[in-house]
Amino acid sequence: MGKKLALTLKIWRQESNKAKGKFETYKLKDIDTDASFVEMLDVLNEELALAGKQPVAFETDCREGICGCCGAMVNGHAHGPQRETTLCQLHMRLFENNDTIIVEPFRAKAMPLIKDLIIDRSSLTRIIAKGGYVSVRTGSAPDANSILIRKENAEAAMDAAQCIGCGACAAACPNAAAMLYTAAKVSQLALLPQGHPEREKRVSEMLTQMDKEGFGNCSNSYECEIVCPKGISVTNIARLNKEYLRALLN
Amino acid sequence: MIINGNVPEGEIQDKWTKHKFNSKLVNPANKRKYTVIVVGTGLAGSSAAASLGEMGYNVKSFTFHDSPRRAHSVAAQGGINAAKNYPNDGDSVYRLFYDTVKGGDFRSREANVYRLAEISNLIIDQCVAQGVPFAREYGGLLDNRSFGGAQVSRTFFARGQTGQQLLLGAYGALMKEVEKGSVTMYTRRDMVDLVVVDGHAKGIIVRNLLTGELESHSADAVILATGGYGNTFYLSTNAQNSNVSAAWQAYKKGAYFSNPCYTQIHPTCIPVHGSYQSKLTLMSESLRNDGRVWVPKTKRDKRKASDIPEEERDYYLENKYPRFGNLVPRDIASRNAKEQCDQGKGVGETGFAVYLDFRDAIARQGKDTIKEKYGNLFDMYQRITGENPYETPMMIYPAIHYAMGGLWVDYNLMSNLPGLFVLGEANFSDHGANRLGASALMQGLGDGYFVIPYTIGNYLDSEKPGKVTINHEAFRQATENINTRINKLLSIKGTRTVDSFHKELGHIMWEKCGMSRNETSLKEALQRVGELKSEFWENVLIPGSGKELNQSLERAGRVADFFEFAQLLLMDANQRKESCGGHFREESQTPEGEAKRNDAEFSFVSAWQYQNGETPIMHKEELSFTEVKLAERSYK
Repeated sequence: MGKKLALTLKIWRQESNKAKGKFETYKLKDIDTDASFVEMLDVLNEELALAGKQPVAFETDCREGICGCCGAMVNGHAHGPQRETTLCQLHMRLFENNDTIIVEPFRAKAMPLIKDLIIDRSSLTRIIAKGGYVSVRTGSAPDANSILIRKENAEAAMDAAQCIGCGACAAACPNAAAMLYTAAKVSQLALLPQGHPEREKRVSEMLTQMDKEGFGNCSNSYECEIVCPKGISVTNIARLNKEYLRALLN
Repeated sequence: MIINGNVPEGEIQDKWTKHKFNSKLVNPANKRKYTVIVVGTGLAGSSAAASLGEMGYNVKSFTFHDSPRRAHSVAAQGGINAAKNYPNDGDSVYRLFYDTVKGGDFRSREANVYRLAEISNLIIDQCVAQGVPFAREYGGLLDNRSFGGAQVSRTFFARGQTGQQLLLGAYGALMKEVEKGSVTMYTRRDMVDLVVVDGHAKGIIVRNLLTGELESHSADAVILATGGYGNTFYLSTNAQNSNVSAAWQAYKKGAYFSNPCYTQIHPTCIPVHGSYQSKLTLMSESLRNDGRVWVPKTKRDKRKASDIPEEERDYYLENKYPRFGNLVPRDIASRNAKEQCDQGKGVGETGFAVYLDFRDAIARQGKDTIKEKYGNLFDMYQRITGENPYETPMMIYPAIHYAMGGLWVDYNLMSNLPGLFVLGEANFSDHGANRLGASALMQGLGDGYFVIPYTIGNYLDSEKPGKVTINHEAFRQATENINTRINKLLSIKGTRTVDSFHKELGHIMWEKCGMSRNETSLKEALQRVGELKSEFWENVLIPGSGKELNQSLERAGRVADFFEFAQLLLMDANQRKESCGGHFREESQTPEGEAKRNDAEFSFVSAWQYQNGETPIMHKEELSFTEVKLAERSYK
């Protein structure tokens, strides 16, 4: 068993996109330091329900940092203060007894709020729909080992491919840009020969969709890299720009 | 009643080829007239929806997530098997087939398993072409690793995130079809009922999770790819929202439920540590390639691991199973961990943990090599437990992981309800009583990419497209029933939260029907689950209304189904008075304490038929083994 913490939580409550939101303050006692942040929210929600109040709506699913469902600003940091960590993998041992913790939803114009900490990230999916894949019909693929790939390229592609689509990059960006998100997918497929036949179309259409959704553009603040739970590097944005330039010139 | 799996005639190697040839083809011009509903967007659902869309069918895809990419397939870590034999270590389609039948403790359908092994190679080809960044060797070729239950290296992997990468590949394929217009995507929808018309599955009712509205969707066929039921046990490696409800509603509409007692307990999970705990995180089985499992030889030894000298450590798997050592299949590794802990040799604060030690591997291969192989897993372990596995051994304990049981399907993956197909973990077919590591991804993608596209035509060919619309009385009736149920749940306004009921249900199930089971414990569990279910329907507290986003109400519906399903699971565990795979009946063991099958009486698939709340009827599909000779499964 870990130690026990007393905490003050200030959580953003908002009934719907149209309703007015505000911070509510809650006191919690005896939070185990071995609990995860979302388990701490579970404890709060049990207490709220038993007191006849509305639990805090928040998204969470795999609780092992891979599905990308969870996410909130914790004391101003997307997914909290620990690097390369989703909210569900953030553990309470990082906090001190009697801390005050401020919890807000991810905010970006293109990811509007639904309720409390839940936001609408369908814009991210629509960007993928514009070309975040290789068009390969089922059953039409050649033998897997007929495509040779340098180990370094496979590793770099994997580094980019790890994106979980949580939206933290856009939430942390001063321009609410989804550049790191878009760059991760463009990069992965630009680094692999399988992605080359469609590379120009892919980068152009994904970027067009990104703009259309209302995401901003990159001005090199690099906040995205700092908050990315998978540690995806901003060098992927450079690769995205290179791909875009290449597409323009072709 | 004896039911028939419709396995084609002929030699096992020829069955699938012949079946494909004999299967009905739907004319390309007619395909777009047929609507197919696919529920679930994990590996099986996404790959099926994408492939059927490409073929020209009009597909509707449903997920309760905001995006298909979040389905729990995303969390699979270790890898995906295929019989490529790239390492030249003696693998073949036949060997993968053999290992899977044996690993499943001779309780799977041979013909399905052979087909799975046969299409395994196509899956790897498909995924590589999609740009899945599998691990590579320096020469640019694909890398492989070994996994439990096999003596060859046939597992393809993308670091510890293989499921994620495969799902993103399938998700890309799906979004390509969404963009093209052949697939319509419905997100944040929970399937709450299956609509059956004249005995055929013709649609579903879904609840829009944002508005609470019930929506009707009709189709010419319905595919369920809705995953497993591990969360019946509350604490499991499953995602929080994984549930049995879609399969359970299909069961209540007449689909048979097979082998619910086959639950897989994964040996390498982070142990339980507190009452607030919501999840048992899995540490990939691939860790057993290099980690050595041990406990202190002395009972209740409270020394730190580093203070226990070599000669006082018991590497019990290596000692007991010298041929497979730490790589014995999951059920055997799990049971042995429990046995050690029950003897008082468990480690950690609770005594319910064993060590998984990388000291020797780090000394032999260097920290960098170990980091390259397992870095992200080690980081995850450290984030959760606060301990550094490069310096102190990991502590692990078994946890509920995978459901081998599921809805009954025939060789076409169609249930006994015509028009209802079931893919992936949601069906029962390929893993018998125990699934081998890295085989779930193979089956999910195999079903979706390479089986259903061929077999669905056999049903659709005989059906006139668009026969049933949502104006049919059956949709109105189903909607009314669901509304009644939701209103009932909301009107109880009791004093206990949904979660508190779920936790208690899980506790009963784990204690009485977990890693080992006996008649007394099962009967006791049946009674206690029945009592708890009654209390749930009298005393559950659900804040809010049904006409809004209400997460408590979503959970309440799922937990209500878990209660009913748990009773069926217990009944099935009770009738199967033998031990096999993940189902260990204490009454049926060898003198050495190994699982003892009873082939004479139990070489069958149970298939339960709903009887409107009365005791369900159990049908049997007899299993015959013509290729793999029935034998005691030995890994010694």
